Amino acid sequence: MMIEKAIVNSTKTNQLTLVQAVTDGLRTMLEEDERVLVLGEDVGKNGGVFRATEGLQKQFGEDRVIDTPLSEAGIVGTSIGLAVNGFKPVVEIQFLGFIYPAYEQIMTHVSRIRMRTMGSFTVPMVIRAPYGAGIRAPEIHSDSVEALFTHMPGIKVVCPSSAYDAKGLLIAAIEDPDPVLFMESMRIYRASREAVPEGKYTVEIGKGKKLQDGNDVTLIAWGAMVSVALRAAEQAKKQGITCDVIDLRTLYPIDKDIITESVQKTGRAVIVHEAHQTGGLGNDIISIINDTSFLYLKSPIERVTGFDVPVPFFSLEEQYLPTPERVMKAIEKVVHF
Amino acid sequence: MKLEFPILQIVDENGNLVNENYRKAITEELVKKFYYHMIRIRTFDRKAISLQRQGRLGTYAPFEGQEASQVGSALALEKDDWLFPTYRDHGAALTFGAGMSRIFLYWNGRLEGCVPEKGKKIFPPAVPIATQIPHAAGAALAEKRKGTKNAAIAYFGDGATSEGDFHEGLNFASVFKAPVVYFNQNNRFAISVPIEKQMNSETIAQKALAYNMPGFRIDGNDIFAVYFQVLEALKFARHGGGSTLIEAVTWRYGAHTTSDDPTKYRDQSESEVIRETRDPLLRVERYMKSNGIWKEEWVQKITNEIAAEVEQAVKEMENYPKPNVNDLFDHVFEKPTWTISQQKEQYLQLIGREAR
Repeated sequence: MMIEKAIVNSTKTNQLTLVQAVTDGLRTMLEEDERVLVLGEDVGKNGGVFRATEGLQKQFGEDRVIDTPLSEAGIVGTSIGLAVNGFKPVVEIQFLGFIYPAYEQIMTHVSRIRMRTMGSFTVPMVIRAPYGAGIRAPEIHSDSVEALFTHMPGIKVVCPSSAYDAKGLLIAAIEDPDPVLFMESMRIYRASREAVPEGKYTVEIGKGKKLQDGNDVTLIAWGAMVSVALRAAEQAKKQGITCDVIDLRTLYPIDKDIITESVQKTGRAVIVHEAHQTGGLGNDIISIINDTSFLYLKSPIERVTGFDVPVPFFSLEEQYLPTPERVMKAIEKVVHF
Repeated sequence: MKLEFPILQIVDENGNLVNENYRKAITEELVKKFYYHMIRIRTFDRKAISLQRQGRLGTYAPFEGQEASQVGSALALEKDDWLFPTYRDHGAALTFGAGMSRIFLYWNGRLEGCVPEKGKKIFPPAVPIATQIPHAAGAALAEKRKGTKNAAIAYFGDGATSEGDFHEGLNFASVFKAPVVYFNQNNRFAISVPIEKQMNSETIAQKALAYNMPGFRIDGNDIFAVYFQVLEALKFARHGGGSTLIEAVTWRYGAHTTSDDPTKYRDQSESEVIRETRDPLLRVERYMKSNGIWKEEWVQKITNEIAAEVEQAVKEMENYPKPNVNDLFDHVFEKPTWTISQQKEQYLQLIGREAR
């Protein structure tokens, strides 16, 4: 198991869901740093549509936890102005599938103001966005478009799969001097609870996490797909196939070393993501393996992903999403190549 | 629809004061400052076009004809205010204190061109249309939260008012009562598309009504009207009034950029007529002459000084150290990610080998 480099100031923990850990992280940073502001649609009185900001406006006031107009480009654009003028906005985009009006602001300004001004102006901003399918949400609410942002130079992309990581990565993102897109899987918002330390700690951006050790196949996933990969690994074990399971946690910059080390040991890899296959992040992971570990491979790398179709209406979403069974098929394919 | 936004003038085309309320505020010193800065940015503009034609500058967006709008608005600012320009507002940026050689560097494709002078809150020019409008709301909101009296000015053209970011930005500024002056230069053409095809509204100023903020329509070639209207809007902003939308009706004599030929879409003889009748510099000259403050020696003196300043800035731009390849990689993040570091290292090795 990878040794966690987190610095934990408190030994006291609470059993929290992922979404509660997000709230805890926001609360911790609102307390710690008065430059931190929370902005978004319904984040105030309503506490966010997923309750991620529950109680924060009451605790920190309306001018630090700010209900904004329904205007994604306006939220991000205004937050750029706040960020270049001394604040640290943590913006909530209600669903990643609604981020598109803000895409221009993110692509042309958030991600490149530092470069354009050689560091004279910077945008230390976090954009939080619930993403992904599997909760029978109305259409458009279920998109998983991390690749639109991992392809964008100048922004980091983070996607935790556990409550502990969610809080630690969120705090790291808020403290990061550069913009971070923080993706929160709706499907696992309340799937489980785990011990989350009170107070401030960080999980380093850019580091994946080995969840399980094995010898035969490396499974790489993030967000809601981590549990899918773990369930497939359980099935594989019954056939005597053992898997390294890697939770990537940061999607840009990817933890190259954790992938390389594992694939050079197993010689086989299966990448699981719910985003569309073409242009998906799985292809970048294959490139990393190609660059670092080509001669260690015992079989071609498999991808188990969403299809090259729009994320469907929810009656078809279980067909769209990777399942442990599909991952298992891919594991068998790489093992029996 | 009733025209509720008549064009406000203080000094008319012939240089006559038409609004007596401002007689006391218009000092000789102020008028000379107007003239000095307008001729300064016009000289810069013409030099930039000439350099572009000679291949010594990249594509350039000229503003000749809009000097009153840019100088009048920028002179109304206090030193700690924020300025959010577009790619056509380097006249305003220069007047507000941007370094001239840096503006040349910008148009020569150099990152250094977006580095503001120390302490100057001049944002890099917005190249996408209207995206700076919410930025100004945010920066101004930050000033308000810090408890300062500083305000922001955001420049934009007539075409920008069709963009979503214009409306989203004005709405944010309105909801949060951000101390911003939204300064529109309506030069009546978005590249080739005339204002009549841009919008079905009578004026741009009337769009302020939708955001419950003051809206004014002024003669953008009358620097007196521009200066005093912006000054008033800034005062309103500094004292908690929120944002104002000002539509300055003006005209660009030339092309959208040096890559464009305006004769394809409009009769350029109109530019010539405006140049002779409503030119912003000519108007101040006429005012000065009729008020006995026009002195040929002074004009000659500042003309020479400005010419020397512009030549010096060109020299600085041309003698600037060559672009450093490290700058391609080093400013994307505070600390480069491994992908950028690896690509940089590999590329530097490659060009190192080729150089040998």
